[in-house]
Amino acid sequence: MANPQAAIAELIEEFAFFDDWTDRYQYIIDMGKQLPAFPPEKQDDAHKFHGCQSQVWFDYAWQDNHLKLQGTSDATIVKGLIALLFRVYNNQTALDILATDTDFLDQLGLKTHLSANRATGLVGMIQKIRVIAADAAGH
Amino acid sequence: MMNSAVITPSSQAKIGLDVEALRAQFPALQQNINGKPLVYLDNAATTQKPLAVIETVDQFYRHDNANIHRGVHTLSGRATDLYEAARERVRLSLNGGHTDEIVFVRGVTEAINLVASSFGQSLKAGDEIVISALEHHANIVPWHLLRERIGIVIKVIPVTPIGEIDLSTLPGLITARTRLIAVNHVSNALGTINPVQEICRIAREHDIPTLIDGAQGLPHGPVDVQAIGCDFYALSGHKAFGPSGIGALYARRPWLGKLPPYHGGGDMIETVSFETITYAPPPAKFEAGTPNIEGAIGLGAALTWLAELDHAALAAHEAALLAAATESLGAIPGLKIIGQARHKAPVVSFVLDGIHPHDVGTLLDAQGIAVRTGQHCAMPILQQLGVASGTVRASFCFYNTFDEVEALARAVHRAQTMLS
Repeated sequence: MANPQAAIAELIEEFAFFDDWTDRYQYIIDMGKQLPAFPPEKQDDAHKFHGCQSQVWFDYAWQDNHLKLQGTSDATIVKGLIALLFRVYNNQTALDILATDTDFLDQLGLKTHLSANRATGLVGMIQKIRVIAADAAGH
Repeated sequence: MMNSAVITPSSQAKIGLDVEALRAQFPALQQNINGKPLVYLDNAATTQKPLAVIETVDQFYRHDNANIHRGVHTLSGRATDLYEAARERVRLSLNGGHTDEIVFVRGVTEAINLVASSFGQSLKAGDEIVISALEHHANIVPWHLLRERIGIVIKVIPVTPIGEIDLSTLPGLITARTRLIAVNHVSNALGTINPVQEICRIAREHDIPTLIDGAQGLPHGPVDVQAIGCDFYALSGHKAFGPSGIGALYARRPWLGKLPPYHGGGDMIETVSFETITYAPPPAKFEAGTPNIEGAIGLGAALTWLAELDHAALAAHEAALLAAATESLGAIPGLKIIGQARHKAPVVSFVLDGIHPHDVGTLLDAQGIAVRTGQHCAMPILQQLGVASGTVRASFCFYNTFDEVEALARAVHRAQTMLS
């Protein structure tokens, strides 16, 4: 399993491969389709991630010191963006998560291309993951 | 020169309107977005600005900038003249009876808040305001504030499934406690053109004043407040080719004389001591503090520019764009047009089966197409029509082309394929 920094480098390389944003979104959508199914019974208020315009559900667990993330959205592109975040943060240790630069959305060009609301929602998810990691690391 | 002609969606060649010459006057339309020519279809949110407006505001800052009404120097005189000329221009564009019936405000939202606040002071608990189910939040929330403050009752004219105000119910909603009827001229969410003249006629029969939210009215044709027969008419500059943060409230005489001031401050008083105050006559009474001078002058320039165009040709072109968009989008399987009123401004609000409107908006933007997605500040009507998570709204203006309609339809189809 690549560490978060390596996963980010991989994503940047993959994004550079596409000529335009329509193709990049297609790629993001396809990533979302490969996201493991989120249990329907967890699509409730308790698992709702607030701060997104579309609905996002989210859960996590620690397994052998590695963060296991689950999530989905009613919006296809948002689901893809969740998958993108999971490429970086899923199956990582708390220390690796905390050591990861958070400006990769900028590097991928997502901050300028996503609507302000979606970018804010995505940044909110990154912060949430970092808080979970900080709690586990005893920070 | 433009001339009006009978047109159909498929007969672009016959159009008497030189759309390319019109477009050339809008610098912001001449750009690529994400490598594609910009297709700007968010005109109901804000229109682009013609050179006539940009140059007027530029000229004001370069040559005439000063505060108004209180300076004895030349620049202040010039700025005051330009500002007051803009007021007269607004009167002319609305066919108001008197220049002092026009108050400059920040936009429709402030205009309605002004009426709710000043007119509202005469209301008592149990008094009723009638609005429609088709309103923008700007014509809902100010009445809620009044409801919370003094206990007025909000009554709502229902809307039919195709998005038309059900006028037959209006007489039944009017009671001895009805104090105001406030409706929009054109729905921002669906494009429905409302029968405001008829609504005002019914209101007058019961001696009830009327307020028209004209945010979406002015951009799509001449407005005649005397023909409409309303007491108040609110407009926003940014939706009618003028700057943002400027708008106007028309209030038929003698309303402004009767209503108490909205804001207090400079320029709205005659004399002030610590014991007494006398207010300036309207409209100054309602324009406390330094107003948006350059905004007003820019709005005046926009309305002058608009007045010089051939309105019949513009209206025919917009109607043809609406028909073409309705046809092209309507042909996409799984696409449902929300709002199919018989009289519509060039607005097509739609949803795609099983697809989130924001996803569509994002993929259209990637293809250079600007639309609005979401609830359009009109949650009640979208909820009623069963599209609470919102719609994609393409709102056209006379500077849009049939090629852009086709580009939209192609891009929507592509987005649908990608998202399915």
